[in-house]
Amino acid sequence: MKILVIAEQRQGKWNNTSFETLAAAQQVVAATSGIVSAAVLGKGVAALAEELATKDVAEVLLVEHELLESYTPDGYCAVLKQLIESAKPDLVLFPHTYQVRDFAPKLAAILGKGMVGDCVGFRNEDGKLVFVRQMFQGKAAADVTFTGAAPWFASFQSGAFRADLLAAGKGQKAPVKAVKVELKPEDIRTKPLELFKEAKSAVDLTQAPLIVAIGRGIKAPENIAKAEALAKVLGAELAASRPICDEGWLPMERQIGSSGQTVAPKLYLALGISGAIQHVVGMKGSRTIVAVNKDQKAPIFEIADYGIVADIFEIMPALTEELQKTKAAKA
Amino acid sequence: MNIIVCIKQVPAKDAPLAIAGNWIKESDIGFEMNEPDSYALEAALQLKEKHGGEVVALSLGPERVKQTIKEALAKGADRGIHIIDDNFSQLDPLGAAKMLAAAIAKEKFDLVLTGLQSDDNGFGQTGVLLAGLLDSPHATIIMQIDVQDGKMKLKRELEAGWFQWVECPLPAVLSIQSGINKVRYATLKGIMAAKKKQIPTITKESLGVTVEPTQRIEKIYVPKKTKKTEFLTGPPKEVAAKLAEKLRSEARVI
Repeated sequence: MKILVIAEQRQGKWNNTSFETLAAAQQVVAATSGIVSAAVLGKGVAALAEELATKDVAEVLLVEHELLESYTPDGYCAVLKQLIESAKPDLVLFPHTYQVRDFAPKLAAILGKGMVGDCVGFRNEDGKLVFVRQMFQGKAAADVTFTGAAPWFASFQSGAFRADLLAAGKGQKAPVKAVKVELKPEDIRTKPLELFKEAKSAVDLTQAPLIVAIGRGIKAPENIAKAEALAKVLGAELAASRPICDEGWLPMERQIGSSGQTVAPKLYLALGISGAIQHVVGMKGSRTIVAVNKDQKAPIFEIADYGIVADIFEIMPALTEELQKTKAAKA
Repeated sequence: MNIIVCIKQVPAKDAPLAIAGNWIKESDIGFEMNEPDSYALEAALQLKEKHGGEVVALSLGPERVKQTIKEALAKGADRGIHIIDDNFSQLDPLGAAKMLAAAIAKEKFDLVLTGLQSDDNGFGQTGVLLAGLLDSPHATIIMQIDVQDGKMKLKRELEAGWFQWVECPLPAVLSIQSGINKVRYATLKGIMAAKKKQIPTITKESLGVTVEPTQRIEKIYVPKKTKKTEFLTGPPKEVAAKLAEKLRSEARVI
């Protein structure tokens, strides 16, 4: 099998999920057979291509064009279509980033193909590749196969594979091949303008050693004080899953997950959080995870070290009181 | 501004999942409007209030989907379109998008809006695929829409707290990020008015699209645990004491 990994960069900086996906591609080839190539698109990204060439890949395809300086879905689709038609891979793998979500399904559709997005793993079943992805917000997993002819398109979720397992090349660097593509200004219909961050957030959750996080189970904004009291006695920062911030009950800067912050504290205490994938990718690296949820089937328990199947409104005050006692005894 | 909002009906969030092969048993569970799509609907209603025009709620699925279209009408959508397909759960993202695109192509539209992803399959591809099939410009994960002089200035959410402004011509397809707005409730007046509205049904056959699956869900299952979870049980006070002990002696965080 010939695999092509489309690595992602923005303004000359890698999106590190690219290396996880490259590691995944190496593992697919190890489980089947074939070769892995990698491609990078942009303007002035030759150095990045050279970096890819130090990995264990057959070749690196470098696609440079004036109009690829900033990402646009039209530009990427037009250029990758040409690249795939000339390189003829069997499987095209992407990191499942916001950028990939923005264009890859369309690219596949232009070529008359489908895409299996947001995969967390794969298996080789008697020569047939089976991709595993989550459904029902992580409550179920699905085995997915491609039905039509190659090329196939798939993306791997951030954190699904480990970038540190990416094999470096043995000996010589892989060849870097510059690929010529056609792209005209009128092919690009949207115009990317400035990149920006919202007002600098007052809290940096990535630096917090302890985090108490709330989810839908908190039910109403007036109940947040109970979680806050617990966080205070624990000396933890308060965080939340997306729906809480969408409701405006806590500011966006306190959101953990794919669209918020990614954290890895010493303790992550999840209160009334079901554990949808979008949340889990932002906190699964935490050293100790404690989950309190009424629903014993909640996916958060899949990754918890300690689980409490109970009403958070009973546990929060009991735990606050218990920790106050501990604190008083220490003082 | 004529806006078509694609709305999916999904199993209710608290519905117990009885897995059956590559889907779930649909009897005995409730269904509801896919939450991310409710933000797309709200965005459409707000654009209509500002710029005039019409909001059309388009949904694909079996008969039960009409209930969700009714809900959209009750919130203020002007009319609904239902593409009826009893085999909906077996469609792949491209197949579903082809059917939606064929129905949209019969309409005059300035904007097509979708939610970011569905709470059941979670493919998150519909908007981007529609743009491809309709040959429209598109943008995804949208947090703000400003329309002026026949084009839009859009605020896109990127990762890790970054955003980007993007200029996009009309007509276009946008996928809306959840949390872009505060979703309204239906008023009693809206509910009464929606009851009187007819929802035209389009059959799969009349759309004239061939849908060949590109991928197949072989089976779904409860994921295997990757971590050993120690469950702490007992009355709240006791559980709290047990957890405090774990945090002290094992996690060493207090």
